[in-house]
Amino acid sequence: MPVISRGFHGRRQDGPPDRVPPGQYVTEDFPVLSAGPTPHVHLDSWTFEIQRGDDLLHSWTWDEFQGLPREDVTRDIHCVTKWSKLDTTWEGVSVDTLLDTVDDDSAYVLAYSYGGYDTNLPRDDVTGGKAWVVDTFDGEPLDPEHGGPARLLVPHLYFWKSAKWVRGLIMRDEDDPGFWESNGYHLRGDPWLEQRYWGD
Amino acid sequence: MAGTAVLGRLTWLVAEVAATVPETPRTRTLVLDVPGWSGHRAGQHLDVRLTSDDGYQAQRSYSIASAPGQPLAITVERLEDGEVSPYLVDVVHDGDAFEVRGPIGGYFVWEAGDERPVLLVGGGSGVVPLMAMARAHKAAGADTRMRLLYSSRTLDDVIYHGELVHLDGNGLDVVYTLTRGQPPGWTGYARRIDDDMLREVAWPAGDGPIVFVCGSTHFVDAAADGLVRLGYDPRWVKTERFGATG
Repeated sequence: MPVISRGFHGRRQDGPPDRVPPGQYVTEDFPVLSAGPTPHVHLDSWTFEIQRGDDLLHSWTWDEFQGLPREDVTRDIHCVTKWSKLDTTWEGVSVDTLLDTVDDDSAYVLAYSYGGYDTNLPRDDVTGGKAWVVDTFDGEPLDPEHGGPARLLVPHLYFWKSAKWVRGLIMRDEDDPGFWESNGYHLRGDPWLEQRYWGD
Repeated sequence: MAGTAVLGRLTWLVAEVAATVPETPRTRTLVLDVPGWSGHRAGQHLDVRLTSDDGYQAQRSYSIASAPGQPLAITVERLEDGEVSPYLVDVVHDGDAFEVRGPIGGYFVWEAGDERPVLLVGGGSGVVPLMAMARAHKAAGADTRMRLLYSSRTLDDVIYHGELVHLDGNGLDVVYTLTRGQPPGWTGYARRIDDDMLREVAWPAGDGPIVFVCGSTHFVDAAADGLVRLGYDPRWVKTERFGATG
């Protein structure tokens, strides 16, 4: 039984309860959370790669990436620091499209980024229409501070899984932890199960 | 890196307010008595959960202000449209209780055994986790160089001012900039952080310093980008940006 905080009344949930996971609150802002300086990546040197071990399975330049089939995506996003933002709109390429180009059925991926960030994901969480590599937010090119030129978007998991400045996926057999997952945060991060930290 | 060890679940613990310390017109420190608290490292944060008498709950994250081994304390800034911070700054008093869990975060952390020169860059209440590091530096008697560049709006907005005056020169250098107003005779900086200021204040990049930057997004970007332009290794410029923490 939680203790009652004397004199606390709260503002009450300001979003539809079926869209705001436990412990979250709705914000209109788009806060930025990054562990280091913002990498500034030039489009003429940008690539997106899919690797397995030392093998490069496929690589796209920016122009090649722009030629892939694109999707409009409108989703709610949920940050582990407690804010949720509803109906965010993105454009990009489905991870299904990217993975369909390689002959690999690994059970897990590690998404890695310019700047050194990485995050681990089960294949099932980035396929089946659940994840995208997006380069457009709200109709505009994605700002560097929000992960531009391109970031991963995995909106059904806490937003640290949506790696900013993404540069590729490493296919692998084990779900070894990525950056935040090595620093106290949950291996999978389902906001509806409130999987914020180790042991949740 | 903390490695892959799986710790036990961070459970909610009852925190009783042992003392409150007004810091500035907008901030207050809460000293918490938390039976079962496992201890923390300088720079980590914790989650607060408030529960109203009808069961409604709200959670937020706050940086820990105290050094490891000292009584656990958080410092909270009131956000005018916030839900939790006005309660913690204006309403709660000694003997009241809420819940906390933590400590959280294993990256934005300074360890007293680290021998690299340390640069702390804080904007507004972004100084809170940096203060935990400065206090840890003092408590450990560390002789590593540590310098704090601290940006506030006015002198009245400087959190921990009295303590920082005491620490300044005793193993810690403190450099202030006041961006919106300065008292008569002010000799510190009087502008937002820029590359010239960083060049004057920061340790030479060749000394291999480690940096902790905390503040608003724009503040952190200005400081972190400037340090990278000065030749700092981006891997050792650790940042924490606060978004909405109302």
